[in-house]
Amino acid sequence: MLTVLAVLLAALFVLPFLWTVTTSLKRASEIYAVPPTLFPAEPQWRNFSLLFTRVPFLRWIYNSLIITITNVIGITLSALLVSYSFSRFRWPGRDIVFMICLGTMMLPGEVTFIPTYILFAKLKWVDTWRPLMVPAWFGGGPFNIFLLRQFFLSLPRELDEAALIDGANPFTILWEILVPLCKPAITTVVVINFIAVWNDFFGPLIFLNSIEKYTISLGTQWFAGTIGNLTSFGEPTTQLVMAATLIATTPCVVLFAAAQRYFVEGIVTTGLKGAGV
Amino acid sequence: MRRREALYGVLFALPYLLGLVLWTGGPVIASAVLSFFSYDMITPRFLGFGNYIFAFTADDLFWSSLGRSFYFVLLSVPTGVFGSLLLAWLLDQKIGGFKLLRALFYVPSLTPVVAVAVLWSWLLHPQIGPVNLAIRALFHVPGPNWLGHPDWAVPSLVIMGLWAGLGSNRMLIFLAGLQGVPTELYEAAQIDGAGTWGRFTHVTLPMISPTIFFNLILAIIGALQVFASAYVATGGGPAHATWFFSLHIYQNAFKYFRMGYASALAWLFLLVILFFTWIQFQMQGRWVYYAGEVK
Repeated sequence: MLTVLAVLLAALFVLPFLWTVTTSLKRASEIYAVPPTLFPAEPQWRNFSLLFTRVPFLRWIYNSLIITITNVIGITLSALLVSYSFSRFRWPGRDIVFMICLGTMMLPGEVTFIPTYILFAKLKWVDTWRPLMVPAWFGGGPFNIFLLRQFFLSLPRELDEAALIDGANPFTILWEILVPLCKPAITTVVVINFIAVWNDFFGPLIFLNSIEKYTISLGTQWFAGTIGNLTSFGEPTTQLVMAATLIATTPCVVLFAAAQRYFVEGIVTTGLKGAGV
Repeated sequence: MRRREALYGVLFALPYLLGLVLWTGGPVIASAVLSFFSYDMITPRFLGFGNYIFAFTADDLFWSSLGRSFYFVLLSVPTGVFGSLLLAWLLDQKIGGFKLLRALFYVPSLTPVVAVAVLWSWLLHPQIGPVNLAIRALFHVPGPNWLGHPDWAVPSLVIMGLWAGLGSNRMLIFLAGLQGVPTELYEAAQIDGAGTWGRFTHVTLPMISPTIFFNLILAIIGALQVFASAYVATGGGPAHATWFFSLHIYQNAFKYFRMGYASALAWLFLLVILFFTWIQFQMQGRWVYYAGEVK
């Protein structure tokens, strides 16, 4: 009985995607047809190629990839360094700084993005990708630092000590001994952050002005216009926007499916620790 | 040896320490200072408390946008948090296809916010959107104008948020919390005659109350900051119906370039969030049960 309920709910969650798929394959006239049809008469696969000619979608995909990958590399590398410090070394002020780090998780972006924007404007970095890529290299943020630190804490100190006796320095210990053991945690960090940066809308919104520099998120929004204005290109474009939506979502779904186990574990660990359980 | 350890420690933490100054500490102080000035990106003018006074007395969108954000929190947080809890509970009930179901519940939360907004703008289209078509077919009444009607716009955004958020990280965290409840407690309750509802209210809820507390705080902070869905789906309309506080700050900063005023608004916002969080922490003694606590 409960299984039936669960399946019905799952169907509810999946149905909108189904609608996206069928709409993306319809002709413009079919979308506004009355009575409406569920499936297209003939699948218009060319909608997908039309999308690429109507807007610089390929360019946007490329932009999103560059920005996302740079971010993910930056976040992972710097978070590894920083959480290594928090978990393996004692230094004055360490615990206070860590508390501050956790505290900033509650800080609304609003109090920091205005001065940050002004800083980047003065640096003439607005309408470039630098504001979207540079901050990632400074530790990656409290969530990632916390996650990796928890993981490091679970690795026995004996490994470090054995390597120290062999004359290794802290860098070698980190890269050659600890990091290879961190694959699950690193996978989690990579996947979670890839999805977060890929889907980010606000950052590109405030920093990017030229259309060919847009990311997929921003580009799709620009393309779709606001409610009631789906004909911003002089003719209905809903089917193209749906195609864009599908393309934008696919990498995240694929990544999630591939890394589901680590992903769930990572979120759960951070969440439960944060909940004090 | 201690000195070297400390040195290495600071060295490795340097990226974050620098980042803390550049992207957090610095901006927080800068926006506080900025809030006492009028700044249009070119010339600053000292105003004292002028921005704050303007916000409280002369800005006709200030109180209403704050109220709308509260309204959104009221509608979306209880439904969202307890909805996620129920989904997690359902998944915890040893039903078949657990992994697949969990994935299906989760996938909407992977969708970019823009895609969600565009998709639901379409689903909720008053004439040709599937939702109203279904309503017309099942109940023989024309459905509401959803995103186009001032009374229905915010509920529409709430529904959108629920679809994308019920099965998300929140649900995963609840699920893990549920799985951590010792089964002996359930067995003991069953021996005492408790049914499914009784077990849920007297064993499950108290034991996961820390998780509920945590998710509640995050949900409130998140709901107060909602921006992208409103911006993309309604642009703050119709007639400012979805003009949340975050949109108000955004417009003052990036449409009017009133950086000083926007900073003041941001700080007021921070105070509101801190206040809500503080209240929650004060109240937790009443209803949150920490199993490991020693009284």
